[in-house]
Amino acid sequence: MAVMVETHPTLGDVQRALGSDGTYLGGGTLVMREVNAGALQGRILRTTDPALRQIRSSFDTAEIGAGVTMAMILAERDLAHLHPVARAVGGPQVRVMATVGGNLFAAHPYGDFAVALLALGARVVSVGGAQRPIDDFLRERDRAGLVATVQVPRPREPRAFAFLKVSRVKPKGVSVLSIAAHLPRDAGRLRGVRIAFGAMGTTPIRAPAAERVLEGATPDLGVLARAAAAAVEGLDPPTDALASAWYRREVAGVHLRRLLERML
Amino acid sequence: MAMKPVTFTLNAEAKAAFTEDGQNLLDFLRRGVGDLSPKYGCGQGTCGACTVLVDGEPHLSCLVLAEAIQGRRVETTAGLGQARPNPLQEAFMERFAAQCGYCTPGMLMSAKALLDRNPRPSREEVIEAIAGNLCRCTGYEPIIAAILDVAEGRIRA
Repeated sequence: MAVMVETHPTLGDVQRALGSDGTYLGGGTLVMREVNAGALQGRILRTTDPALRQIRSSFDTAEIGAGVTMAMILAERDLAHLHPVARAVGGPQVRVMATVGGNLFAAHPYGDFAVALLALGARVVSVGGAQRPIDDFLRERDRAGLVATVQVPRPREPRAFAFLKVSRVKPKGVSVLSIAAHLPRDAGRLRGVRIAFGAMGTTPIRAPAAERVLEGATPDLGVLARAAAAAVEGLDPPTDALASAWYRREVAGVHLRRLLERML
Repeated sequence: MAMKPVTFTLNAEAKAAFTEDGQNLLDFLRRGVGDLSPKYGCGQGTCGACTVLVDGEPHLSCLVLAEAIQGRRVETTAGLGQARPNPLQEAFMERFAAQCGYCTPGMLMSAKALLDRNPRPSREEVIEAIAGNLCRCTGYEPIIAAILDVAEGRIRA
Protein backbone atom coordinates (compact mmCIF):
# COMPACT_ATOMS: atom_id res chain seq x y z
CA MET A 1 0.00 0.00 0.00
CA ALA A 2 1.53 3.29 -1.09
CA VAL A 3 -0.01 5.15 1.81
CA MET A 4 1.71 7.21 4.49
CA VAL A 5 -0.19 7.98 7.68
CA GLU A 6 0.56 11.03 9.81
CA THR A 7 -0.97 11.56 13.23
CA HIS A 8 -1.10 15.13 14.56
CA PRO A 9 -2.11 16.38 18.02
CA THR A 10 -4.58 19.02 16.83
CA LEU A 11 -6.84 19.67 13.86
CA GLY A 12 -5.01 22.95 13.29
CA ASP A 13 -1.78 21.01 12.83
CA VAL A 14 -3.49 18.76 10.30
CA GLN A 15 -4.84 21.75 8.37
CA ARG A 16 -1.37 23.25 8.15
CA ALA A 17 0.17 19.94 7.08
CA LEU A 18 -2.52 18.92 4.59
CA GLY A 19 -1.14 20.47 1.42
CA SER A 20 -2.56 19.49 -1.94
CA ASP A 21 -1.75 15.79 -1.67
CA GLY A 22 -3.13 14.93 1.76
CA THR A 23 -6.42 13.27 2.68
CA TYR A 24 -7.95 13.83 6.08
CA LEU A 25 -9.11 10.71 7.92
CA GLY A 26 -12.01 11.39 10.28
CA GLY A 27 -13.94 8.33 11.39
CA GLY A 28 -12.75 6.34 8.39
CA THR A 29 -15.98 4.89 7.03
CA LEU A 30 -15.42 6.40 3.58
CA VAL A 31 -11.65 6.94 3.45
CA MET A 32 -10.67 3.46 4.67
CA ARG A 33 -12.85 1.91 2.01
CA GLU A 34 -10.78 3.74 -0.59
CA VAL A 35 -7.55 2.65 1.09
CA ASN A 36 -8.70 -0.98 1.14
CA ALA A 37 -9.56 -0.81 -2.55
CA GLY A 38 -6.13 0.64 -3.36
CA ALA A 39 -7.86 3.70 -4.78
CA LEU A 40 -6.25 6.14 -2.36
CA GLN A 41 -2.52 6.73 -2.35
CA GLY A 42 -0.29 9.32 -0.76
CA ARG A 43 -0.59 10.97 2.60
CA ILE A 44 -3.38 10.34 5.08
CA LEU A 45 -3.59 12.72 8.02
CA ARG A 46 -5.48 12.17 11.23
CA THR A 47 -5.64 13.75 14.65
CA THR A 48 -6.30 12.67 18.21
CA ASP A 49 -7.59 16.15 19.12
CA PRO A 50 -10.14 15.66 21.94
CA ALA A 51 -11.84 18.99 21.13
CA LEU A 52 -13.33 17.35 18.04
CA ARG A 53 -15.39 14.98 20.15
CA GLN A 54 -17.02 17.55 22.40
CA ILE A 55 -20.70 18.46 22.46
CA ARG A 56 -21.70 21.69 24.18
CA SER A 57 -25.38 22.45 24.60
CA SER A 58 -27.02 25.75 25.40
CA PHE A 59 -30.66 26.80 25.45
CA ASP A 60 -31.01 27.39 21.73
CA THR A 61 -27.91 25.85 20.13
CA ALA A 62 -25.76 22.76 20.32
CA GLU A 63 -22.11 23.05 19.31
CA ILE A 64 -21.00 19.65 18.03
CA GLY A 65 -17.38 18.74 17.32
CA ALA A 66 -16.71 17.48 13.80
CA GLY A 67 -15.31 14.23 15.20
CA VAL A 68 -18.48 13.43 17.16
CA THR A 69 -19.86 10.11 15.94
CA MET A 70 -23.47 9.10 15.35
CA ALA A 71 -23.21 6.83 18.41
CA MET A 72 -22.20 9.83 20.52
CA ILE A 73 -25.19 11.81 19.20
CA LEU A 74 -27.45 8.90 20.20
CA ALA A 75 -25.95 8.90 23.68
CA GLU A 76 -26.66 12.61 24.16
CA ARG A 77 -30.07 13.23 25.70
CA ASP A 78 -30.03 16.94 24.83
CA LEU A 79 -29.92 16.04 21.13
CA ALA A 80 -33.02 13.84 21.09
CA HIS A 81 -34.30 15.61 17.97
CA LEU A 82 -31.24 14.36 16.09
CA HIS A 83 -31.52 10.75 17.28
CA PRO A 84 -33.72 9.55 14.39
CA VAL A 85 -31.16 11.02 12.00
CA ALA A 86 -28.14 9.45 13.69
CA ARG A 87 -29.88 6.09 13.92
CA ALA A 88 -30.41 6.09 10.14
CA VAL A 89 -26.70 6.39 9.35
CA GLY A 90 -25.62 2.78 8.97
CA GLY A 91 -25.76 -0.07 11.47
CA PRO A 92 -24.27 -0.09 14.98
CA GLN A 93 -20.71 -0.65 13.73
CA VAL A 94 -20.87 2.28 11.32
CA ARG A 95 -22.47 4.61 13.85
CA VAL A 96 -19.47 4.29 16.21
CA MET A 97 -17.25 5.62 13.43
CA ALA A 98 -19.35 7.88 11.18
CA THR A 99 -18.72 11.48 12.16
CA VAL A 100 -20.61 14.73 11.88
CA GLY A 101 -17.71 16.21 9.92
CA GLY A 102 -17.57 13.25 7.56
CA ASN A 103 -21.27 13.60 6.80
CA LEU A 104 -20.69 17.21 5.76
CA PHE A 105 -18.19 16.13 3.11
CA ALA A 106 -19.74 12.82 2.07
CA ALA A 107 -20.50 12.49 -1.63
CA HIS A 108 -23.91 11.48 -2.97
CA PRO A 109 -25.76 9.44 -1.75
CA TYR A 110 -24.14 9.56 1.70
CA GLY A 111 -24.26 12.23 4.35
CA ASP A 112 -27.83 12.01 5.68
CA PHE A 113 -26.81 13.80 8.85
CA ALA A 114 -25.87 16.87 6.81
CA VAL A 115 -29.43 16.92 5.44
CA ALA A 116 -30.72 17.44 8.97
CA LEU A 117 -28.11 20.11 9.66
CA LEU A 118 -29.14 21.92 6.48
CA ALA A 119 -32.81 21.92 7.45
CA LEU A 120 -31.95 23.24 10.91
CA GLY A 121 -29.85 26.06 9.47
CA ALA A 122 -26.61 25.00 11.13
CA ARG A 123 -23.44 27.07 10.96
CA VAL A 124 -20.15 25.38 10.07
CA VAL A 125 -17.05 26.52 11.94
CA SER A 126 -13.77 25.92 10.14
CA VAL A 127 -10.35 25.48 11.65
CA GLY A 128 -9.31 29.00 12.55
CA GLY A 129 -12.81 29.96 13.63
CA ALA A 130 -14.49 31.22 10.45
CA GLN A 131 -18.24 30.57 10.56
CA ARG A 132 -20.40 29.96 7.54
CA PRO A 133 -24.05 29.11 7.03
CA ILE A 134 -24.23 25.46 6.03
CA ASP A 135 -25.88 26.42 2.72
CA ASP A 136 -22.75 28.34 1.73
CA PHE A 137 -20.47 25.64 3.08
CA LEU A 138 -22.12 22.90 1.03
CA ARG A 139 -21.81 24.99 -2.13
CA GLU A 140 -18.10 25.56 -1.52
CA ARG A 141 -17.12 22.42 0.33
CA ASP A 142 -14.61 21.27 -2.26
CA ARG A 143 -12.61 24.38 -1.43
CA ALA A 144 -13.48 24.59 2.25
CA GLY A 145 -10.85 23.79 4.82
CA LEU A 146 -11.29 21.27 7.60
CA VAL A 147 -14.32 21.66 9.83
CA ALA A 148 -13.85 21.97 13.58
CA THR A 149 -17.43 22.21 14.87
CA VAL A 150 -21.02 22.66 13.77
CA GLN A 151 -23.42 24.99 15.56
CA VAL A 152 -26.91 23.54 15.36
CA PRO A 153 -29.96 25.62 16.32
CA ARG A 154 -32.36 23.70 18.49
CA PRO A 155 -35.98 23.41 17.31
CA ARG A 156 -38.25 25.37 19.61
CA GLU A 157 -40.62 22.45 19.95
CA PRO A 158 -40.21 18.74 19.20
CA ARG A 159 -42.80 18.57 16.42
CA ALA A 160 -41.12 21.44 14.53
CA PHE A 161 -38.39 19.14 13.20
CA ALA A 162 -38.64 15.76 11.51
CA PHE A 163 -36.49 13.49 9.37
CA LEU A 164 -37.30 10.69 6.97
CA LYS A 165 -35.01 8.32 5.09
CA VAL A 166 -36.06 6.18 2.14
CA SER A 167 -33.81 3.19 1.55
CA ARG A 168 -34.13 -0.31 0.18
CA VAL A 169 -32.57 -1.79 3.30
CA LYS A 170 -34.44 -0.24 6.21
CA PRO A 171 -33.48 1.77 8.12
CA LYS A 172 -29.74 1.83 7.58
CA GLY A 173 -29.22 1.21 3.87
CA VAL A 174 -27.97 3.81 1.44
CA SER A 175 -30.46 6.58 0.73
CA VAL A 176 -32.75 6.55 -2.24
CA LEU A 177 -33.55 9.92 -0.73
CA SER A 178 -33.74 11.55 2.68
CA ILE A 179 -35.73 14.55 3.85
CA ALA A 180 -35.43 16.83 6.84
CA ALA A 181 -38.00 19.52 7.57
CA HIS A 182 -37.95 22.34 10.08
CA LEU A 183 -41.28 24.15 10.42
CA PRO A 184 -41.15 26.72 13.22
CA ARG A 185 -44.56 28.17 14.09
CA ASP A 186 -45.46 31.68 15.11
CA ALA A 187 -49.07 32.38 16.12
CA GLY A 188 -50.29 29.45 14.08
CA ARG A 189 -48.33 30.31 10.94
CA LEU A 190 -45.14 28.72 9.65
CA ARG A 191 -42.15 31.08 9.79
CA GLY A 192 -38.58 30.33 8.73
CA VAL A 193 -39.46 27.10 6.92
CA ARG A 194 -36.50 25.00 5.82
CA ILE A 195 -36.76 21.72 3.92
CA ALA A 196 -33.69 19.79 2.86
CA PHE A 197 -33.28 16.74 0.64
CA GLY A 198 -30.46 14.22 0.55
CA ALA A 199 -29.59 12.19 -2.55
CA MET A 200 -31.51 14.66 -4.71
CA GLY A 201 -28.39 16.52 -5.84
CA THR A 202 -24.64 16.24 -5.60
CA THR A 203 -24.85 17.54 -2.03
CA PRO A 204 -27.71 17.91 0.45
CA ILE A 205 -29.97 20.54 -1.08
CA ARG A 206 -32.90 22.66 -0.05
CA ALA A 207 -36.34 22.52 -1.64
CA PRO A 208 -36.97 26.23 -2.26
CA ALA A 209 -40.28 25.88 -4.10
CA ALA A 210 -41.82 23.77 -1.35
CA GLU A 211 -40.47 26.19 1.25
CA ARG A 212 -42.15 29.11 -0.51
CA VAL A 213 -45.52 27.36 -0.46
CA LEU A 214 -45.26 26.72 3.27
CA GLU A 215 -43.73 30.01 4.40
CA GLY A 216 -46.29 32.16 6.17
CA ALA A 217 -49.03 29.59 5.67
CA THR A 218 -51.35 28.12 8.23
CA PRO A 219 -50.57 24.43 7.93
CA ASP A 220 -53.39 22.24 6.68
CA LEU A 221 -53.68 19.30 4.32
CA GLY A 222 -54.20 21.54 1.30
CA VAL A 223 -51.05 23.55 1.94
CA LEU A 224 -49.06 20.36 2.50
CA ALA A 225 -50.33 18.90 -0.77
CA ARG A 226 -49.28 22.04 -2.66
CA ALA A 227 -45.84 21.95 -1.02
CA ALA A 228 -45.48 18.30 -2.00
CA ALA A 229 -46.44 19.10 -5.58
CA ALA A 230 -43.71 21.75 -5.67
CA ALA A 231 -41.11 19.55 -3.96
CA VAL A 232 -38.78 18.93 -6.87
CA GLU A 233 -39.02 22.25 -8.71
CA GLY A 234 -35.51 23.40 -9.53
CA LEU A 235 -33.92 20.12 -8.44
CA ASP A 236 -31.96 17.78 -10.68
CA PRO A 237 -31.67 14.40 -8.93
CA PRO A 238 -28.97 11.97 -10.02
CA THR A 239 -29.42 8.52 -11.50
CA ASP A 240 -27.32 5.79 -9.88
CA ALA A 241 -27.49 2.09 -9.05
CA LEU A 242 -30.07 2.75 -6.34
CA ALA A 243 -32.65 4.81 -8.21
CA SER A 244 -33.14 6.70 -11.43
CA ALA A 245 -33.60 10.46 -11.58
CA TRP A 246 -37.14 9.83 -12.78
CA TYR A 247 -37.94 7.66 -9.76
CA ARG A 248 -36.48 10.16 -7.30
CA ARG A 249 -38.48 12.95 -8.90
CA GLU A 250 -41.67 10.91 -8.79
CA VAL A 251 -41.47 9.81 -5.15
CA ALA A 252 -39.89 12.86 -3.49
CA GLY A 253 -43.17 14.73 -3.23
CA VAL A 254 -45.00 11.68 -1.91
CA HIS A 255 -42.51 11.21 0.90
CA LEU A 256 -42.40 14.92 1.66
CA ARG A 257 -46.17 15.01 2.06
CA ARG A 258 -46.06 12.02 4.40
CA LEU A 259 -43.35 13.64 6.47
CA LEU A 260 -45.20 16.95 6.70
CA GLU A 261 -48.46 15.24 7.66
CA ARG A 262 -46.68 13.64 10.61
CA MET A 263 -45.72 17.13 11.75
CA LEU A 264 -49.21 18.62 11.79
CA MET B 1 6.95 1.07 3.58
CA ALA B 2 6.72 2.52 7.07
CA MET B 3 6.11 0.22 10.02
CA LYS B 4 4.72 1.56 13.27
CA PRO B 5 4.51 -0.17 16.64
CA VAL B 6 1.03 -0.65 18.09
CA THR B 7 0.50 -1.75 21.68
CA PHE B 8 -3.01 -2.72 22.69
CA THR B 9 -4.96 -5.36 24.57
CA LEU B 10 -6.32 -8.31 22.59
CA ASN B 11 -8.83 -10.49 24.44
CA ALA B 12 -7.47 -9.30 27.81
CA GLU B 13 -3.87 -10.01 26.83
CA ALA B 14 -1.28 -7.28 26.23
CA LYS B 15 -0.03 -7.27 22.64
CA ALA B 16 2.55 -5.39 20.64
CA ALA B 17 2.99 -5.67 16.90
CA PHE B 18 3.99 -3.56 13.92
CA THR B 19 1.50 -2.16 11.46
CA GLU B 20 2.07 -0.98 7.91
CA ASP B 21 0.88 2.50 7.06
CA GLY B 22 -2.73 2.37 5.94
CA GLN B 23 -3.24 -1.19 7.16
CA ASN B 24 -6.72 -1.81 8.49
CA LEU B 25 -7.38 -3.49 11.82
CA LEU B 26 -8.73 -6.67 10.21
CA ASP B 27 -5.59 -7.25 8.16
CA PHE B 28 -3.45 -6.31 11.16
CA LEU B 29 -5.20 -8.82 13.42
CA ARG B 30 -5.10 -11.61 10.87
CA ARG B 31 -1.67 -11.15 9.27
CA GLY B 32 0.11 -9.12 11.93
CA VAL B 33 -1.07 -10.80 15.10
CA GLY B 34 -2.33 -14.18 13.89
CA ASP B 35 -5.93 -13.88 15.12
CA LEU B 36 -7.92 -15.40 12.27
CA SER B 37 -11.33 -15.20 13.92
CA PRO B 38 -12.54 -11.95 12.29
CA LYS B 39 -13.36 -12.62 8.64
CA TYR B 40 -12.73 -10.59 5.53
CA GLY B 41 -16.05 -10.22 3.72
CA CYS B 42 -16.47 -7.07 1.67
CA GLY B 43 -13.65 -4.73 2.72
CA GLN B 44 -16.02 -1.77 2.49
CA GLY B 45 -17.99 -1.81 5.70
CA THR B 46 -21.14 -3.50 4.44
CA CYS B 47 -21.25 -7.13 5.55
CA GLY B 48 -20.21 -7.04 9.22
CA ALA B 49 -18.22 -10.31 9.08
CA CYS B 50 -15.18 -8.44 10.41
CA THR B 51 -16.94 -7.07 13.50
CA VAL B 52 -14.72 -6.83 16.57
CA LEU B 53 -15.16 -4.90 19.80
CA VAL B 54 -12.96 -1.88 20.45
CA ASP B 55 -13.37 -0.67 24.03
CA GLY B 56 -16.57 -2.70 24.15
CA GLU B 57 -18.17 -1.10 21.08
CA PRO B 58 -18.75 -3.03 17.84
CA HIS B 59 -16.47 -1.90 15.02
CA LEU B 60 -15.97 -2.97 11.43
CA SER B 61 -12.31 -3.87 11.63
CA CYS B 62 -11.88 -3.46 7.87
CA LEU B 63 -12.62 0.27 8.25
CA VAL B 64 -10.52 0.91 11.34
CA LEU B 65 -6.98 2.14 10.80
CA ALA B 66 -4.82 -0.30 12.75
CA GLU B 67 -2.72 2.39 14.41
CA ALA B 68 -5.90 3.96 15.77
CA ILE B 69 -6.20 1.15 18.30
CA GLN B 70 -3.00 2.20 20.09
CA GLY B 71 -3.69 1.73 23.80
CA ARG B 72 -7.18 0.37 23.28
CA ARG B 73 -8.93 -2.86 24.20
CA VAL B 74 -9.84 -5.17 21.31
CA GLU B 75 -12.02 -8.26 21.63
CA THR B 76 -12.53 -10.88 18.95
CA THR B 77 -14.38 -14.16 18.74
CA ALA B 78 -11.14 -15.98 19.55
CA GLY B 79 -11.50 -14.55 23.05
CA LEU B 80 -14.89 -16.15 23.67
CA GLY B 81 -15.15 -19.43 25.54
CA GLN B 82 -11.49 -20.38 25.76
CA ALA B 83 -11.96 -23.66 27.62
CA ARG B 84 -15.47 -24.43 26.41
CA PRO B 85 -18.14 -22.55 24.49
CA ASN B 86 -19.55 -19.49 26.22
CA PRO B 87 -23.34 -19.09 26.50
CA LEU B 88 -23.67 -17.26 23.19
CA GLN B 89 -21.73 -19.89 21.32
CA GLU B 90 -23.70 -22.63 23.05
CA ALA B 91 -26.95 -20.94 22.05
CA PHE B 92 -25.82 -20.57 18.43
CA MET B 93 -25.08 -24.31 18.32
CA GLU B 94 -28.37 -25.26 19.98
CA ARG B 95 -30.39 -23.10 17.62
CA PHE B 96 -28.42 -24.06 14.51
CA ALA B 97 -27.70 -20.34 14.13
CA ALA B 98 -24.88 -20.96 11.67
CA GLN B 99 -24.68 -22.83 8.41
CA CYS B 100 -21.62 -21.80 6.40
CA GLY B 101 -20.50 -19.94 9.52
CA TYR B 102 -18.85 -17.07 7.71
CA CYS B 103 -20.95 -14.38 9.38
CA THR B 104 -20.83 -16.06 12.78
CA PRO B 105 -17.78 -14.32 14.29
CA GLY B 106 -19.28 -10.95 13.38
CA MET B 107 -22.71 -11.93 14.67
CA LEU B 108 -21.26 -13.17 17.96
CA MET B 109 -19.36 -9.95 18.53
CA SER B 110 -22.38 -7.76 17.72
CA ALA B 111 -24.44 -9.90 20.10
CA LYS B 112 -21.78 -9.70 22.80
CA ALA B 113 -21.64 -5.91 22.50
CA LEU B 114 -25.41 -5.79 22.98
CA LEU B 115 -25.57 -8.21 25.91
CA ASP B 116 -22.63 -6.61 27.71
CA ARG B 117 -24.53 -3.33 27.67
CA ASN B 118 -28.12 -4.61 27.94
CA PRO B 119 -28.37 -8.14 29.38
CA ARG B 120 -32.11 -8.48 28.71
CA PRO B 121 -32.77 -6.92 25.29
CA SER B 122 -36.11 -7.09 23.53
CA ARG B 123 -36.42 -8.84 20.19
CA GLU B 124 -36.40 -5.43 18.50
CA GLU B 125 -33.18 -4.48 20.26
CA VAL B 126 -31.58 -7.75 19.14
CA ILE B 127 -32.59 -7.10 15.54
CA GLU B 128 -31.19 -3.58 15.73
CA ALA B 129 -27.92 -4.85 17.23
CA ILE B 130 -27.25 -7.21 14.31
CA ALA B 131 -28.53 -4.79 11.65
CA GLY B 132 -24.95 -4.26 10.50
CA ASN B 133 -24.32 -7.98 9.92
CA LEU B 134 -25.33 -9.86 6.79
CA CYS B 135 -26.14 -13.57 6.86
CA ARG B 136 -26.62 -15.59 3.70
CA CYS B 137 -27.75 -18.90 5.19
CA THR B 138 -29.98 -18.76 8.25
CA GLY B 139 -32.52 -16.09 7.42
CA TYR B 140 -31.56 -14.46 10.76
CA GLU B 141 -34.36 -16.01 12.84
CA PRO B 142 -32.17 -18.72 14.44
CA ILE B 143 -29.57 -16.07 15.27
CA ILE B 144 -32.18 -13.84 16.87
CA ALA B 145 -33.56 -16.82 18.79
CA ALA B 146 -30.08 -17.79 20.00
CA ILE B 147 -29.36 -14.31 21.31
CA LEU B 148 -32.74 -14.20 23.03
CA ASP B 149 -32.04 -17.60 24.60
CA VAL B 150 -29.05 -16.09 26.36
CA ALA B 151 -30.93 -12.89 27.22
CA GLU B 152 -33.88 -14.76 28.69
CA GLY B 153 -31.75 -17.21 30.63
CA ARG B 154 -32.53 -20.39 28.71
CA ILE B 155 -28.81 -20.81 28.07
CA ARG B 156 -26.52 -19.86 30.92
CA ALA B 157 -22.89 -20.31 31.92
